[in-house]
Amino acid sequence: MSGIYIHIPFCKQACHYCDFHFSTSLKKKDLLVSALVKELELRKGEFKHQVIQTIYFGGGTPSLLSIEELRLLIEEVYKHYIVAANPEITLEANPDDLLDDSSKSIFKAYKSIGINRLSIGIQSFFEEDLKLMNRAHNSEEAKICLEEATQYFDNISIDLIYGIPGMTSKRWLQNIETALAFNIPHISSYALTVEPKTALDTFIKKGLIKNVDDDLAQEQFHILIEKLEAAGFIHYELSNFGKPGYFSRNNSAYWQGKRYLGIGPSAHSFDGEHRGWNVRNNTKYINALEQNVVPIETETLSTTDKYNEYVMTGLRTIWGVSLEKVETDFGLGYKKYLLEQSQKHILEHLLYLEDDKLLVTTKGKFLSDGIASDLFKINAS
Amino acid sequence: MKNIRNFCIIAHIDHGKSTLADRLLDFTGSVTEREKQNQLLDSMDLERERGITIKSHAIQMDYTYKGEQYVLNLIDTPGHVDFSYEVSRSIAACEGALLIVDAAQSIQAQTISNLYLALENDLEIIPILNKVDLPSANPEEVTDDIVELLGCKPEDVIHASGKTGFGVDKILEAVIERIPAPKGDPNAPLQALIFDSVYNTFRGIETYFRVFDGEIKKGQKIKFVATDKEYYADEVGTLKLTQVAKQSVKAGDVGYLITGIKTAKEVKVGDTITDFANPTTNIVEGFEDVKPMVFAGIYPVDTEDYEELRSSMEKLQLNDASLVFMPESSAALGFGFRCGFLGMLHMEIIQERLEREFDMTVITTVPNVSYHAYTNKNPDTAFIVNNPSDLPDPSTVNRVEEPYIKATIITKSDFVGNVMSLCIEKRGNVLNQTYLTPERVELTFEMPLAEIVFDFYDRLKTVSKGYASFDYHPIGMKVSKLVRLDILLNAQPVDALSALIHADNAQNIGKKMCEKLKELIPRQQFDIPIQAAVGAKIISRETIKALRKDVTAKCYGGDISRKRKLLEKQKKGKKRMRQVGNVEIPQQAFMAVLKLND
Ligand SMILES: Nc1nc2c(ncn2[C@@H]2O[C@H](COP(=O)(O)OP(=O)(O)O)[C@@H](O)[C@H]2O)c(=O)[nH]1
Ligand code: SF4
Ligand SMILES: [Mg+2]
Repeated sequence: MSGIYIHIPFCKQACHYCDFHFSTSLKKKDLLVSALVKELELRKGEFKHQVIQTIYFGGGTPSLLSIEELRLLIEEVYKHYIVAANPEITLEANPDDLLDDSSKSIFKAYKSIGINRLSIGIQSFFEEDLKLMNRAHNSEEAKICLEEATQYFDNISIDLIYGIPGMTSKRWLQNIETALAFNIPHISSYALTVEPKTALDTFIKKGLIKNVDDDLAQEQFHILIEKLEAAGFIHYELSNFGKPGYFSRNNSAYWQGKRYLGIGPSAHSFDGEHRGWNVRNNTKYINALEQNVVPIETETLSTTDKYNEYVMTGLRTIWGVSLEKVETDFGLGYKKYLLEQSQKHILEHLLYLEDDKLLVTTKGKFLSDGIASDLFKINAS
Repeated sequence: MKNIRNFCIIAHIDHGKSTLADRLLDFTGSVTEREKQNQLLDSMDLERERGITIKSHAIQMDYTYKGEQYVLNLIDTPGHVDFSYEVSRSIAACEGALLIVDAAQSIQAQTISNLYLALENDLEIIPILNKVDLPSANPEEVTDDIVELLGCKPEDVIHASGKTGFGVDKILEAVIERIPAPKGDPNAPLQALIFDSVYNTFRGIETYFRVFDGEIKKGQKIKFVATDKEYYADEVGTLKLTQVAKQSVKAGDVGYLITGIKTAKEVKVGDTITDFANPTTNIVEGFEDVKPMVFAGIYPVDTEDYEELRSSMEKLQLNDASLVFMPESSAALGFGFRCGFLGMLHMEIIQERLEREFDMTVITTVPNVSYHAYTNKNPDTAFIVNNPSDLPDPSTVNRVEEPYIKATIITKSDFVGNVMSLCIEKRGNVLNQTYLTPERVELTFEMPLAEIVFDFYDRLKTVSKGYASFDYHPIGMKVSKLVRLDILLNAQPVDALSALIHADNAQNIGKKMCEKLKELIPRQQFDIPIQAAVGAKIISRETIKALRKDVTAKCYGGDISRKRKLLEKQKKGKKRMRQVGNVEIPQQAFMAVLKLND
């Protein structure tokens, strides 16, 4: 199982909290699409023997691309790679783009080119939150867009953000309930994180916006789990909830150590042994590909690196960290080390063992990075 | 002998001692192009990096002056008050001293106290106005300051620049013309002064000495007077950039000696070397067994490294005889050592050398001075308290005495008020106030040594905007009101965080300790109450709130390696923490008490 991720580095406007790679100038959009096409071709050798199960358009805002551009990119994938019979093809989309077209034919058009899953950046159904985050859509658009999307697509995911300054737990609960009313099968929900050097970071430092409150975020996280589980969702990854059969196949690949090819500026790739990352700059990316060069840097993972990554991602998912896998993939020494390091957390009810799997408890979920780092192995340097 | 000159350099830190020494070596052709590097005499990496001289060094230069060959022995001395005994012994080995004064900074406290030492030893002083190339140099005024201090003539002051090499020829001329040749009787029984020793892995301890009378010959049976030990001089020689073995080193000269001694403790700076068969009756005056002034516990971060720490400390002691240590144990930290240091800089150096040269990660506990406790049962016998936990039960204590110092501070007149209030806050008594010039004031205080240990230097620097220099010497013990401040984490006392302090400071320090620990101890998965207590009385408290959120929301393709690296870094940080009970305490928290005003 392997996937292709295509990064579309453009947005209409910059959300205050965002530290992804994107540009708000669309001037180079054509050149960039040509460069993506070129990269897909140049890298086909890397995935010669792989069957592509998922194609994912992420961003930035992929819904800024025209149907023709998306069609071209999908066709290029089919041209150079072996694609499975029923691939998952996801498009990340923002509500305002989906409503631009009053004929609503946009959904039909997406379907016609093979897109079968939408991931919509709703974030919140409340005006205050959307304003504070500088989203391009309003609360009305969020709702209308979902109403329409659900008429055409069954496999829809939405993003929701909690822990927003000024957001009460009551409002958060209303957000969840509004979302549930649309009967969508997948929700990705994130605690608002203040990334360094973002506008949000600056505003908080200047005192213009209240800082995020971890206690409140934790409370809202638990409300989220409770409500969604009650509605039949499975909490399969720290920030992801899906109805049975609707987990994101693309994202699950990241957490299960599967291979993926990342196309586009700032995209990451993994082939089982190496991690690579493309240059995080549109102009440099375009220029390199014009010279038939893929602007990528790579690192080779050591056994310890792989163990650490497995522990880190495993703890975030319902699949947990399998002791058997640790033993077969990394050796008995690693398994012993893992068990030894877990003791303390098991005693504190942050971790538990189920069959041969190590899992975080509900209490441990919001602390899972610290727990993971305790389980990490550091090679003597 | 008439063509030998022995001299040292007296200078405040950063006034250009090492740079000027480099120029003298260049000018006399004592180093080849290939051997050249900055701060040549500072051989430890730590010395180079920090720009401080920690150990004494000696080097011999050959110089032809007016057609005659001269041998010039330069003895470089440490520039910090922690090492003032070594400085005094280096001074005793010389007939002259270069007094270097920064032309922009003028005279500082250390310059003066070392100058007095040199004058007591009848050294010829050659005043040098250094860094005259600096645009901010103030040659007229600083020359006036020097003239006033020394009672010399303005023409005696040599203008120089270690940077450009200006004036170096004049300095060498003065060394030869003004510093007297050594006097001494080449035919009398051997009398030589040990002024330093250096550990060499292959050759054992190298002893540096100055011969006053007689000579020291290869193969000679010799005796060290203070330690009363006998050796054979396996090798003797002079100290060029590398050692030059000789058949003998004669009266007036400076050299090194190898005897197969393996531990620095046997070679005491200030001791006299003499002939075994025909000993001198004349031992070099001024010998002292240096005593540690500051004590602290050193523990391995990982309890399993105790034995390795012991062997590292033993090796370090081979090099540094002034380090003393003995095993101790702490309920919080397990097994470690109580160590004695010459001062705070010395303590820092030891800790840093352990980390660098021996790859040992250690926890240093709150330093304290050495107290004398007298119990009601034995009111005349001092019980030495080098560790807070040694303080006897207050109800059985008759009195406690603490060491006092006489401190000299030179500052600008603008800052006299600030410095005074600081010293008074630190329980000091003003003894004297002298205007050296209308802008420069010398203040002398009597104060408890313990107050120097607690953040005095940093505070002094702050209140004087850096324009204060400081020097001290011990003046004996005085009765004091001492209490032990205990710290409790999660209601458990952590002995390694206890500190002995003056009762009047307890409230204030206790409060600041709690605040500082709250800042230094990372939030953990549960609330951690911090309390400061004197006896059973809690005088201050804080709480470290439990960590609520320690996870990043997103972890997709691009986040994985970045996040792994971040968590690896965290893990490394945690490895430097010590778990006490169920609380993880970072290394630096044990020294929190020293940083209360940061
Ligand atoms: N401008 C100038 N700078 C100097 C001179 N001599 C030394 N320095 C600088 O002053 C600082 C301290 O010099 P150093 O020789 O290490 O002083 P020490 O602490 O007395 O050994 C260094 O940054 C030197 O580069 C000089 O004559 N002129
Ligand atoms: S639309 Fe998405 S990628 Fe663009 S700025 Fe907003 S959050 Fe970031
Ligand atoms: Mg120096």
